[in-house]
Amino acid sequence: MLDNMGHPNRLGVWGWLGGGKWGLERYLYTLHRLTGLGLLLYFLLHIFVTSARAFGPEAWVTSMGRVSGGVFVFGEFMVFGAFAFHAANGVRLVLVELGWAIGSPIEPVYPYRTSVHEQRPLALGIMVVAGLLVLAGGLDFFILH
Amino acid sequence: MRDQRLWTWHVMAGLVILVFLGLHMTIMHLDAIVGIFNPADPHPIAWANVVARARMGFFTVSYIVLLGAALFHGLYGLRNILFELGPGRGVKSVLNVALTVGGVGLFVFGAWAAWAAGVLARTL
Repeated sequence: MLDNMGHPNRLGVWGWLGGGKWGLERYLYTLHRLTGLGLLLYFLLHIFVTSARAFGPEAWVTSMGRVSGGVFVFGEFMVFGAFAFHAANGVRLVLVELGWAIGSPIEPVYPYRTSVHEQRPLALGIMVVAGLLVLAGGLDFFILH
Repeated sequence: MRDQRLWTWHVMAGLVILVFLGLHMTIMHLDAIVGIFNPADPHPIAWANVVARARMGFFTVSYIVLLGAALFHGLYGLRNILFELGPGRGVKSVLNVALTVGGVGLFVFGAWAAWAAGVLARTL
């Protein structure tokens, strides 16, 4: 499935980063990958930083002290936002992959309708959910603390 | 067929992450709004809260499950992105070995840390 069957991906990184005129869902795909890579990088560092709890309170306080301060708070909020988007969009992708919210097959009669017409409300709804989560996170990170 | 099976695991791992990382984010970053599983101190990363959660077997298990699911989901996703760039067969083999060995190593280390923190918390 992953073999290129003799047609190498000549567009490279720009092939998946740029969405051209392919619409909202294509840019959600790009953002899904970017947030996924960001979350993975954070997660790999997070494993080492939080492992300090196995070595007692002094090690924990020292480890947390190294990642405290305004820059790290903002960074954590970015991670929270990336999680909110990636999770909400991931739910959309699972629903679409399982064939939900894409409509039934129809005859290709002009004016043509594609499954994008059926998917768009789901994409917009999911983005509203992600936006509300980010707002709740912002409230918690910057106002209630 | 193998990639289809791995993709299915990738999707299922995503659903596991949705549940356990959703809980983790709620505890850690929506604490002022929701305020759950922080019994000892208002701040989620206070040592007393870390100990309180580590004493609960549920959290030790959930951290290890989340660790495994997130490592697989993330590293398999990274593998897919890198493979789409069209590397040669040799580079693919090296990537497969590196990501598998790295993922297993991180899982062993992270699972040990979660287990050891639970043991330590019960002795305090």
